[in-house]
Amino acid sequence: MSETQPLDSAAIRADFPVLNQEVHPGQPLVYLDSAATSQKPQAVIDAMGAYYRSYNSNIHRGIHTLAERATADYEHARERIATFIGAAHSHEVIFTRNTTESINLIAYSWARHNLNAGDLVLLTEMEHHSNLVPWYQLAEERGVELAYVPVTEDGLLDMDAYADLLARGPKLVSFMHMSNVLGTINPAKEMIAAAHDAGATVLVDGAQSVPHFAVDVQDLDADFYAFSSHKMLGPTGLGVLYGKSELLEAMPPFLGGGDMIKRVEFGSFTPNDLPHKFEAGTPAIAEVIGLGVAVDYLNRVGMEAVEAHEHLLTAYAIERLEEAPTVRHFGPSAEHKGGAVSFTIEGAHAHDVSEVLDQFGVAVRAGHHCAMPLHKKFGITATSRASFYLYNTIDEIDRLIEGLYRVKEIYG
Amino acid sequence: MMDDLYREQIIDRYKNPHYRGELDPNDYSYEDDNPTCGDHIRIDIRVNDDDVVTEAAFSGEGCSISQASADMLIESIVGKSLDEVKTINKEDVLGNLGIELGPVRLKCALLSLKVLKGSVYELPENGATDDMLE
Repeated sequence: MSETQPLDSAAIRADFPVLNQEVHPGQPLVYLDSAATSQKPQAVIDAMGAYYRSYNSNIHRGIHTLAERATADYEHARERIATFIGAAHSHEVIFTRNTTESINLIAYSWARHNLNAGDLVLLTEMEHHSNLVPWYQLAEERGVELAYVPVTEDGLLDMDAYADLLARGPKLVSFMHMSNVLGTINPAKEMIAAAHDAGATVLVDGAQSVPHFAVDVQDLDADFYAFSSHKMLGPTGLGVLYGKSELLEAMPPFLGGGDMIKRVEFGSFTPNDLPHKFEAGTPAIAEVIGLGVAVDYLNRVGMEAVEAHEHLLTAYAIERLEEAPTVRHFGPSAEHKGGAVSFTIEGAHAHDVSEVLDQFGVAVRAGHHCAMPLHKKFGITATSRASFYLYNTIDEIDRLIEGLYRVKEIYG
Repeated sequence: MMDDLYREQIIDRYKNPHYRGELDPNDYSYEDDNPTCGDHIRIDIRVNDDDVVTEAAFSGEGCSISQASADMLIESIVGKSLDEVKTINKEDVLGNLGIELGPVRLKCALLSLKVLKGSVYELPENGATDDMLE
């Protein structure tokens, strides 16, 4: 395997100020927790600062110069984000607080409008809590039924079981494009086509996919697609829900308030047009402007290059993890995987692994990663997860492995 | 460094706990989880006619901090009356461990105390709150 990195890491790393620090004396930061949240390039930080420094004002209503500039930048960001995911129209991009809120919007608005007792919602065993709990709540309230596509030992979705479950006629299929624990990239396009053939509407949780490889919602034919800004070089507090126009048009508003209305009279209101119908109240203006710049940054690097870079890091990480005999790696082989690698070490709890690695400046995630049912399925309570992004390097994976040998010395 | 010394003790306790196990029958038994990491601890207690703890044990799984903390906590209650056990607080537990802890590890360290409170106050499931640890 070649160890040539497709990206110029030194140039990219220089754009991320947070990476230039020592966590402990002599131990530079090795940030391997981008699946939890990514770092932010200077350009994103600057764009948000510039909004607050020079044209902070509310959008859509003011007629003054600052408000017009803020409105233009906010809506221009929406257009770039829509283009980034291949949406047909920018009004199909709805801003929310995060992926979780995007999924909840579908659960509250679309699902409560379209699903009744006995209707089937099809999920998978690898889902994040954010794509489980809203449906548990709906099941409790409405009596909809839930079923789960099983995960195989290799960490892939069982496609035969999926076909059988589709034969039961689910009204909604909701699944993650890429697993935050196993790293599995699910065959979204085929899954969506099969779900549509069975008459189901499809929601995709794209929190881990949009940041890491090119996603085209029209090519996928997704009905709804949810993702978060903060995992793709943008700020926290901002999520996106993509929806096909005709579906969004037919849905009742989610939250009521300012901006989501066309007119209000005593006792009644007329909802605004898309996308404003779903954006009640003052939105996260600086954050939307920041995400627009994050998308520009990713476009400049190129999502194909980001994907290739992460693939190389992941394949190398798996190879090195497997050379250590007491390390157990979860999930499929590198060809089916994005840049997230979860593992356990015999005798050492994930918290302890994290703590030892931190002594080497290495930041990984420890715990169940908001996927308790999946961990239970594999018979474990917690794993350590190293996740990669465009700014990580082969050297950093070597430092991770060096840290893991120290863990084995202490706890082995 | 003092911190390293304490850390070694914690790892030693984690690898070789003195009070690990289950007591059946028991007079008091309680269990709880740490939702951030899925750690789980159960504590079983036997008392005599004077309500003095004669035997106690913990079981479950978790990191070195949560397991060592539980082991030290159990050691500290054997031979004490239930009234004395009820007065054990957060400071006592952290004193046993002797290292600086961040907010996440603090929850690991205090899980066993939370379970102990639930046990001796005979609380319903999930009834032990962080306030009770002060």
